[in-house]
Amino acid sequence: MSASTPFALLANTGSLPWAEVPAWPVADFIRACGTELGRGARLCSLFGVAEGDTTQLVAVLAFDADSTLAVGRSTPFSGGYPSLTPKHPQAHLFEREVWEQHGLTPEGHPWLKPVRRTAGNAPANGEFFRVAGGEIHEVAVGPVHAGIIEPGHFRFQCAGEEVLHLEIALGYQHRGIEEGLGGGPYRTTLIQMETVAGDSSIAHATAYVTLLEALAGSEAPLRAQWLRAIALELERLANHTGDLGALANDVAFLPTSSACGKLRGDFLNLTALLCGNRFGRGLVRPGGSRHDLEPARAAEMLEKLLPALTDTAQAIAWLWDSSSVRSRFEGVGRVFAAQAAEIGLVGPAARACGLVRDVRYDHPAGWHRFAQSPVTVWPGGDVFARARVRSLEIQRSGEFLAGQLNSPPEGELHGDLADPEPDTLAVALVEGWRGEVCHVALTDNAGRFRRYKITDPSFHNWSGLALALRGTAISDFPICNKSFNLSYCGFDL
Amino acid sequence: MFIHDTLLHRLKRGCETMAYPRGPAPPLPGRHGGALQVESSKCPDACRVCVPLCPTRAISRELGQAVALDMGRCVFCAACVEGCPQQAITQTGDHRMAVRRREDLLLGAPGQEQVRLAAALDAKLRKLFGRSLRLRQVSAGGCNACEADTNVLGTIGWDLGRFGIQFVASPRHADGLLITGPVSKAMELALKKTYDAVPEPKIVIAVGACAIAGGPFTGHPQVLDGAAAVVPVDLYIPGCPPHPLTILDGLLRLLGRLESGR
Repeated sequence: MSASTPFALLANTGSLPWAEVPAWPVADFIRACGTELGRGARLCSLFGVAEGDTTQLVAVLAFDADSTLAVGRSTPFSGGYPSLTPKHPQAHLFEREVWEQHGLTPEGHPWLKPVRRTAGNAPANGEFFRVAGGEIHEVAVGPVHAGIIEPGHFRFQCAGEEVLHLEIALGYQHRGIEEGLGGGPYRTTLIQMETVAGDSSIAHATAYVTLLEALAGSEAPLRAQWLRAIALELERLANHTGDLGALANDVAFLPTSSACGKLRGDFLNLTALLCGNRFGRGLVRPGGSRHDLEPARAAEMLEKLLPALTDTAQAIAWLWDSSSVRSRFEGVGRVFAAQAAEIGLVGPAARACGLVRDVRYDHPAGWHRFAQSPVTVWPGGDVFARARVRSLEIQRSGEFLAGQLNSPPEGELHGDLADPEPDTLAVALVEGWRGEVCHVALTDNAGRFRRYKITDPSFHNWSGLALALRGTAISDFPICNKSFNLSYCGFDL
Repeated sequence: MFIHDTLLHRLKRGCETMAYPRGPAPPLPGRHGGALQVESSKCPDACRVCVPLCPTRAISRELGQAVALDMGRCVFCAACVEGCPQQAITQTGDHRMAVRRREDLLLGAPGQEQVRLAAALDAKLRKLFGRSLRLRQVSAGGCNACEADTNVLGTIGWDLGRFGIQFVASPRHADGLLITGPVSKAMELALKKTYDAVPEPKIVIAVGACAIAGGPFTGHPQVLDGAAAVVPVDLYIPGCPPHPLTILDGLLRLLGRLESGR
């Protein structure tokens, strides 16, 4: 498919001169995007690049089957353009974001309202969608939730117990990360990337440093890439294990809940063994890695990893053996495969709808060019499927790590890193535990960031949670929410 | 069958809650390094090598003054430790870092090489909260790492409940707030409302570099550089995120529970 596209092609972690990104008048650009999305491309990112008082729209598309990315842009314009959303709902939040950031109106967008803009001391939420009728009631939850969890607002339209519609309003966590990156990178940039979504520090930091390496036309030594891949799977293990425990807790199945709560900590401690920080901060560095995993340390990691994996497998086996748990998970919060493709779901949420979609496999970069795990797919699209995919990914991450720890590549930990090339665009995708982390950087004529765009997997997937709730009892919201466990700050940036 | 297996497995594993604080504290990860120590007497005149190394601008040195390291803003990346040619900034390996006053996190002045650890609440508040403290957690721009390592205190390994400390769902049920994140402007109203909903007397605990001083986002126009901009803070727990042991130490220290070891 990608062979016949008019877009410029590049591979994951590739770069190309800005001048080589094809530009069309905006109506033609939107039509070209629509054509590609219509024949199976996926929208990784769509954003504006300011050009004086005007803006250029830039689209990054993925042809997963071809392991190819495609980039195109509009010529500078202002005012309005024909919206992609009515035909391609996966563009809906991107178009709202562009409207919010650049004032460009997507004409025909069905639900144009703020994404994360702050108005005074709260987000500019705008009007909520309301269902009319004498028996309809509305439930408002948040921003401050009952547990130790980030803030966001959920507005349910219910008929009795049944949720007819859920609207999710975020923006409470907006820290101004992208705005602060213009003219960068700065010395604060790396730690900001590590805290875009703090439970995905490795994924976001890896995307960022590989962009810097791509902009410099180099790559990190293999040993550093190997370490990043190991840390990425440890991150996945910790979060999937914690989430299965949390799901068990939400259906009052305490054996798995208490076991997984502790095991999650065991996996975090393995990351700390590598770099001192349980969330992997301070490990990934532009051009390489700050810490090494020497043979003795690798052996210690393996020695601690294997029993933790065995215990995790056991705790999860209790979950699947319990018919009461299965009956609470099955058929709840269903997202159909066609919906998932339409709204552009990524990560385990997409794979639980039967979609084969995994950056490590579709767009291998870094160490994943040499070592891969099979893609975990489960049909069904319900809470059960999402939990099932998580549990299978725990097995596969475990096997990947056990194999990798035994076969380290030799070589340097750190290489020389040149300054970024001027007027260059680079794209990096990383499969974090929630799904596709997409970073795009465009440099100015001095090699500084002219635009830096971050798309956390949660940006794609919050719409999936809203769809999952349709026709579901409102009392099942907690397990639906946990089965996705999306990031608020990764969305709010 | 699984009921039998589950019970048997749990029995075999026994109690998994750590001995601390009756027993020794579990060690921090080897590469963590713990709290920092600054011996500014080792600094040559006008040496400013460490200042630009710090990603969160936690280190400064005015002309003719001693170097000043603000552990409240520190993300413990150790760039200054590795970069100091005089070994004036070192890691102590100590997990204890919580303080009652913001200025107690400033290191570098003579006699202030290390943090001045928190004193317990006064007798009246200790009587009220010492054996039963209910906290409402508010994430205000937090990245979910401080939140996660606060949450972990509720798991079987740490078992925060044995100290009578519990996180509750409503501010109406709480004795205080535990705040994470740099306090985004978008959370200012919600944080204020949550604080107002907690009945008096109440305490506030700021966890992590963000909640103490804005952390990596200090100076961004979209954040308020920490919890103290909105509410009075009674305890500061540094880290990015703080290790769970550091958070637990802070909570127990505040309640005066460490002297008795229970």
